[in-house]
Amino acid sequence: MLKDFFGKSKYVTVERKSRSRRDKDRIKSNKEENKREMPDDLWTKCKRCKEIIFNKKLSEHLKVCPSCGHHFRLTATERISLLVDDQWFEEYDEELEADNPLDFPKYDSKINKYQKKTGLKDAVVTGIAKISGHKVSLAALDSRFLMGSMNSVVGEKLTLAIERAIEKQLPLIIVAGGGGGARMYEGMFSLMQMAKTSAALKRLDKAGGLFISILTDPTYGGISASFASLGDINIAEPGAKIGFAGPRVIKQTINRDLPEGFQTAEFLLEHGMIDKVVKRSDLKNVLAKILSIHDLRGEDNGE
Amino acid sequence: MASNYLDFEKPLVELEAKIQELRNFMEMKDIDLTDEIERLKSRTTTLREEIFSQLEPWQVLQIARHPERPVTLDYINLICDDFIELHGDRQFGDDKALIGGIGTIGRMPVTIIGHQKGKTTKDNIERNFGMAHPEGYRKALRLMKQAEKFNRPIVALINTPGAYPGLGAEERGQAEAIAKNMMEMAGIDVPIIVVILGEGGSGGALGIGVGDKVMMLEYTYYSVCSPEACAAILWKDAKEAKAAAKALKITANDLLELGIIDTIVSEPPGGAHKDYNLSAQLLKEEIMKEIEFLQTLSKEELLDNRYNKFRKMGQVKEKVGEIVEK
Repeated sequence: MLKDFFGKSKYVTVERKSRSRRDKDRIKSNKEENKREMPDDLWTKCKRCKEIIFNKKLSEHLKVCPSCGHHFRLTATERISLLVDDQWFEEYDEELEADNPLDFPKYDSKINKYQKKTGLKDAVVTGIAKISGHKVSLAALDSRFLMGSMNSVVGEKLTLAIERAIEKQLPLIIVAGGGGGARMYEGMFSLMQMAKTSAALKRLDKAGGLFISILTDPTYGGISASFASLGDINIAEPGAKIGFAGPRVIKQTINRDLPEGFQTAEFLLEHGMIDKVVKRSDLKNVLAKILSIHDLRGEDNGE
Repeated sequence: MASNYLDFEKPLVELEAKIQELRNFMEMKDIDLTDEIERLKSRTTTLREEIFSQLEPWQVLQIARHPERPVTLDYINLICDDFIELHGDRQFGDDKALIGGIGTIGRMPVTIIGHQKGKTTKDNIERNFGMAHPEGYRKALRLMKQAEKFNRPIVALINTPGAYPGLGAEERGQAEAIAKNMMEMAGIDVPIIVVILGEGGSGGALGIGVGDKVMMLEYTYYSVCSPEACAAILWKDAKEAKAAAKALKITANDLLELGIIDTIVSEPPGGAHKDYNLSAQLLKEEIMKEIEFLQTLSKEELLDNRYNKFRKMGQVKEKVGEIVEK
């Protein structure tokens, strides 16, 4: 199975599932190129194996391509629904939104646009959830919102989630997925969220709290170089692109092509950077096992 | 005429050339032009103050990247009475772009870590232009842990365009190395002084940048990404870097105002490269003052203050009347 991912994956950017009507028009006008494209209220084309998948079937397969196993990106809400018991999720701090602290040109309109598009206030959803009976402090990033980049809101909500884990003695699970790293529009405020979340994780660590970091496609820059790499256990989804610098920057710097499979979850596993590559369909079970093993320390985790 | 000057320094260079011309003339013709020379000298000083007091962020960035600017080892040699460089991360190798060691400032023992740039091309290639690999960050962490063991204050000197974006760096976990350093620096119970000496390039800088006092030299920058990269991404045009430099708020003055840094360390007139000794002296005084203060705190106070300092960074909008639950 792993070999398949290595063999086949190229540096494709995984396409978001939902497309706008405008895109449909574009598809029509590019009929020659996209002979197999269809209106995607019903169908989605797998970026990797080009298979056309009935959307209902794709959902049933947790947005994993039934023919090649390619993991499509999930929204924060989809991710949370996938992991928690019977929608057992209580959201926290949902009112926090970006304030354009630097008066950065066009930032306000960007925020507005993505808020409308995603229905989220910013790029992360946090709260308390139950996973196979275990109460946890859970956070999920949403890569649709300005590429899942970290700004003051994301940093603050994550830090509050970490502090909740410490205070309520709950395990912490953060699902990372952000290709944007630290968000440029908030300048150094964004960069400092890396230090802020990492410092909070040090407190959790000292308090003996468990942190499971789940790295999904894509996890880069200020996301990978802070909380996402700091799990007691780091788990990645198959084929997820994870790295510090983006492939284009590296290619420009070293002036040669990058090896096949570079910066994939499997590449990180091979280089000792993550503990496990776990298929989406197994993720909840694996988490449940890890949580149970930690429960055996004899601690009551709030249940 | 000076060979290495920045475009906004041109009027100064011209004045200095004129002064030199008058001196030569005076010698040749045996005419007394002392008064004229003095007048020009004082005009130069006024003009320099004027120019340097209203630099654009883009101009500050040029000084921060000046090829003659003192580098980390220059400062170490001028500040420390003793210094022994220590090498290697004990895991993979020794990174010449991020150095470290032990020494004394006055009678105070310290551990110093810092990015090392070169000045010549050859030197810079050896130092990888101050762009560290994971083994550099891991060496820095090893030395900081050692400092904690021996209860030595730590001085972290930052001067990097960013962490190196390369194959080996990715294979060996650049992201993890930087993340780990930030996490551990939040818990190391000796005083940590962080100084931006020149370039404070993003995560590569912050990887040794968590401390009790964060200082910036007067003509330096500290940024989430290089203004060039920002311009290329957001304006789709690297030529907009000047606008990006302004929008990103990267100068010492801006960052002091935003509460990202604590102190601005003055530089000699015209920048640190005009007077290495004076620049080092000014920095040494600040470092000693801060360490002396930090050493009066208990370890708990020190760590709590450090946590709260970074904890409060950021700015979010909240609905009026609602209080964020903590």
